[in-house]
Amino acid sequence: MPDRKRVEIKINGESYSAEVEPRLLLVDFLRGIARLTGTHVGCDSSNCGACTVMMDGVTVKSCTLFAVQANGREILTIEGVAKDGDLHPIQQSFRDHHALQCGYCTPGMVLSALFLLSKKPNPTEREVRLGVSGNLCRCTGYQNIVDAILAAAKRGGQVGRRPT
Amino acid sequence: MYPASFDYFQAENVEQASRLLREYGEEARVIAGGQSLIPFMKYRLALPKYLVDIRGIPGLSFIDKKDGCVRIGALTVHREIEESDLIRSQLPIMRDAAPLIGDPQVRNLGTLGGALCHADPAGDWGPVVLALEGRLKCVGANGERELEAKDFFVDAYSTRLQPDEVLTEVVLPVPGAKSGGAYLKLARRTGDFAMASVAVQLTLDEAGVCQHIGIGAGAAGRTPLRVPDAEGVVRGEKISATVLKEAARRLSQAADPIPDLRGSGEYKREILKALLQRAAQIAASRCKERR
Repeated sequence: MPDRKRVEIKINGESYSAEVEPRLLLVDFLRGIARLTGTHVGCDSSNCGACTVMMDGVTVKSCTLFAVQANGREILTIEGVAKDGDLHPIQQSFRDHHALQCGYCTPGMVLSALFLLSKKPNPTEREVRLGVSGNLCRCTGYQNIVDAILAAAKRGGQVGRRPT
Repeated sequence: MYPASFDYFQAENVEQASRLLREYGEEARVIAGGQSLIPFMKYRLALPKYLVDIRGIPGLSFIDKKDGCVRIGALTVHREIEESDLIRSQLPIMRDAAPLIGDPQVRNLGTLGGALCHADPAGDWGPVVLALEGRLKCVGANGERELEAKDFFVDAYSTRLQPDEVLTEVVLPVPGAKSGGAYLKLARRTGDFAMASVAVQLTLDEAGVCQHIGIGAGAAGRTPLRVPDAEGVVRGEKISATVLKEAARRLSQAADPIPDLRGSGEYKREILKALLQRAAQIAASRCKERR
């Protein structure tokens, strides 16, 4: 049995510490240890993006990262995106444009949209589609998702800002 | 889905990583971004008992230019290459390839060095680094050495790296002002591995005669393929449909693509032929742009 490792990860501004097996995936640290179940497990094989979170400001798939690799880093999950009960403008835009059906892919989609708009505040439709190309929606509701992201971008201002 | 158990070490510097690799030998693997290795471990295609994490080693993530070469640290992630102004101006062929790798999340973690060491026959950086005649700096117990890209790949998922060696840097000679390059890849869908891909870097003289050419092909065999036979057909000639057709024929002869779900060997050969001709035309047109 390999040595367990002590890891400390800051999630949505709060520190979580645990002794874990090195093979524990970040997504299971988030869901099982931090009890933040907004991050979903879809394919568990780096294809679908349902487990997308931000680590130090960039999107990553938390099923394809060991918790030990995230030691000392800052994670943003969907639970940290809304502030004080107010939806983030991207979330509001998803709501306004009916950009979720079953909702399973939504947390990952929102994080990918957030990352995209932080890099490209005024993306073209093609850039939006490429920006969420690592996220699959099995309801195939892509059109409304793309519309929602484009509309959020048009609002301008600090839409791509990360919640602090 | 969990990989088999392993012990995990975070290396603080290359020497420590190399020491751990020497100690644990074949049972140890280096992990950087892990974007290929972790899926492989989940599927039991890789069963390392020891993981040596090099991602925290300082000084291995950079893109700079020195002595006529662009040098890229092994831990540089694909997105940084995609966004780099230096890459855009000096090695546009890399700007072609970077956004075609995986998806944004994978490009945020996956590294240039990791992708090269993973040596997927259908990977994107192999053909590009071959066409650019890059060199790979490796550091191990016996010090540092540089391998030419054409000597680096041994077999599918297998490189010339010694068990205790770590790839630290990729050195890419910057082609002259009258050079142009292009990378083309055909994939079934965005983010997938290549059904086939071709990288071409060529230099034309004032009369439009090809002075130098590097051709690399992906998913064309068990390793990324450098194609001297096809290069020889183009060198000393003007870029024409006839010349490129013959080069494409030579490439398809040299290639021995692995048949898989992405296509039969025969189909991939046809794709390679089409991609070579198109990539060479784009590369030639970029030479003119830069003149």
